[in-house]
Amino acid sequence: MTVPRFWREQQSRYNLVGSHCKTCGNYYYPIRNLCPECRRDGDMEQYKFKGTGKIVTCTVTHTTSDEFNDLVPYALAIVELDEGAKLTTQIVDEPEKVAIGKRVHSVFRKLGSDGDSGIIYYGTKFELDKE
Amino acid sequence: MREVAIVGAKTTEFGELWEKSLRDIVVEAGVGAIEDAGISGEDIDMMYVGNMSGGKFIEQEHLGALIADYSGLAKGLNVPSTRVEAACASGGLALRQAIQAVASGYSNVAIAAGAEKMTDIDGSGVTDALAAAADREWEGIQGATFPGIYAMIAKLHMAQYGTTSEQLAAVAVKNHENGMNNPIAQFKSKLTIEQVLKSIMVSDPLHILDCSPVSDGAAAVIVVPADEAHKYTDTPIYIKASAQASDTIALHDRRDITTLDASVAAGKRAYEMAGLTPKDINFVEVHDCFTIAEICAIEDLGFFEKGKGGPASLAGETALNAKISVNPSGGLKSTGHPVGATGVKQAVEAVHQLRGEAGKRQVNGAKYGMTHNVGGSGATAVVHIFSNER
Ligand SMILES: CC(C)(COP(=O)(O)OP(=O)(O)OC[C@H]1O[C@@H](n2cnc3c(N)ncnc32)[C@H](O)[C@@H]1OP(=O)(O)O)[C@@H](O)C(=O)NCCC(=O)NCCS
Ligand SMILES: [Zn+2]
Repeated sequence: MTVPRFWREQQSRYNLVGSHCKTCGNYYYPIRNLCPECRRDGDMEQYKFKGTGKIVTCTVTHTTSDEFNDLVPYALAIVELDEGAKLTTQIVDEPEKVAIGKRVHSVFRKLGSDGDSGIIYYGTKFELDKE
Repeated sequence: MREVAIVGAKTTEFGELWEKSLRDIVVEAGVGAIEDAGISGEDIDMMYVGNMSGGKFIEQEHLGALIADYSGLAKGLNVPSTRVEAACASGGLALRQAIQAVASGYSNVAIAAGAEKMTDIDGSGVTDALAAAADREWEGIQGATFPGIYAMIAKLHMAQYGTTSEQLAAVAVKNHENGMNNPIAQFKSKLTIEQVLKSIMVSDPLHILDCSPVSDGAAAVIVVPADEAHKYTDTPIYIKASAQASDTIALHDRRDITTLDASVAAGKRAYEMAGLTPKDINFVEVHDCFTIAEICAIEDLGFFEKGKGGPASLAGETALNAKISVNPSGGLKSTGHPVGATGVKQAVEAVHQLRGEAGKRQVNGAKYGMTHNVGGSGATAVVHIFSNER
């Protein structure tokens, strides 16, 4: 991903900032300018998520593209944040421990890099809560 | 709006066609469809080409013009040609564009082709190109591959409805059974449930044999006004419905992760347009890019209740000439899935079935056939209903 493309979404990626619609009360991640529910009647404000939620569904990926090959096998999940928005994220724990229904919280991690000497991208992944 | 019919249809062989280029295979399919219709290139006044990712797979865009050129319809005839893209639903969408063009009166003889050349780049490149059908910024960036995204649908379907790995595997086994009788199929081999379950894990719970393969291939059909169809053939196949629907690009934003609402909506619109119900349909070519996708599809299109698709598949209710023949062609799993070609190939299969030309995989007494083509993890769905009766 190019630097400007990544930079543009930095807020959402680093700080888990999304949108809250004051008309319908829905939360969205990442930032949306138009509420898909209310469209022009919506009233969006930026919102920083607490970063806590639970796993809705998950998988362990063994075959992937070169970009993620160093990570295999890695756990991927759809997390429902406590505010109600859902997102797709890696879960940084050992894949065997990841399961539907488990509680998770956000962590700041490396997302990728442009080759060996290129820039490194950081962002949010999730980790299982201690039981 | 005019009624519309298909009067010519052709699919190339699907597989790793190293000796052939994208232009070679589209021309082969196009010429085949033209010959099947008994028309000549000069009759064609509109072209559509479904293609997902020429840019990534062969570093070639502007495929509409390229294909018009290599079909001999550009220089001199200057036939308008449009490339259509909706990820893996590009082919179904190209067909729908051709139908709309003829129905509206803008075109009298349109060709809808679909093509993809996926094997010129390595597996990592293919996985990355396919990931572009999902949300690159908010799914792909986290390492979500296509098998990974469908695996998450499968995992939740299993948790919610008790769907099992055996039930998923039964879909692949049945599709290989049908594909063995399809001359164009990439994999004409028999599979067992055991083999599927023992094959390597791509993204849990999906094994490699739960996945459609990486393929090259092309398909084309000729679309004309129904009133004129008998000018070209004794066996026109009528379009009873053409429907399309959209949903969120990312799986995580869906109303329900195990239901493809776009499939449900496109299905409903199609049934309504044709004045039919699921009970009337004799066979359906569904988008089984992964085994779980077929289970969702037969539920979402109303053939089985939500959650019952798995047991029905294991019980053989979707086999050839069983309760409903699902994927008589062998589906994407066994026939292969050159992404942009698939939607048109499904229509070609419907034509062969409804003409009674499908040989050993013939659905007995087929009168109504449906095709179901999905883009991404369900952000686009295109559904068509065909019949041999007007
Ligand atoms: C599953 C997948 C990752 C496997 O790719 P891969 O790991 O590169 O596998 P390979 O190409 O190395 O194949 C290994 C062997 O399995 C066979 N094979 C590969 N995929 C197969 C499949 N789906 N079914 C049956 N056999 C398959 C190959 O022919 C090969 O056999 P060989 O060793 O005898 O030559 C790849 O096929 C894939 O990405 N499929 C999904 C495509 C997709 O997402 N499409 C869009 C969906 S909408
Ligand atoms: Zn709103």
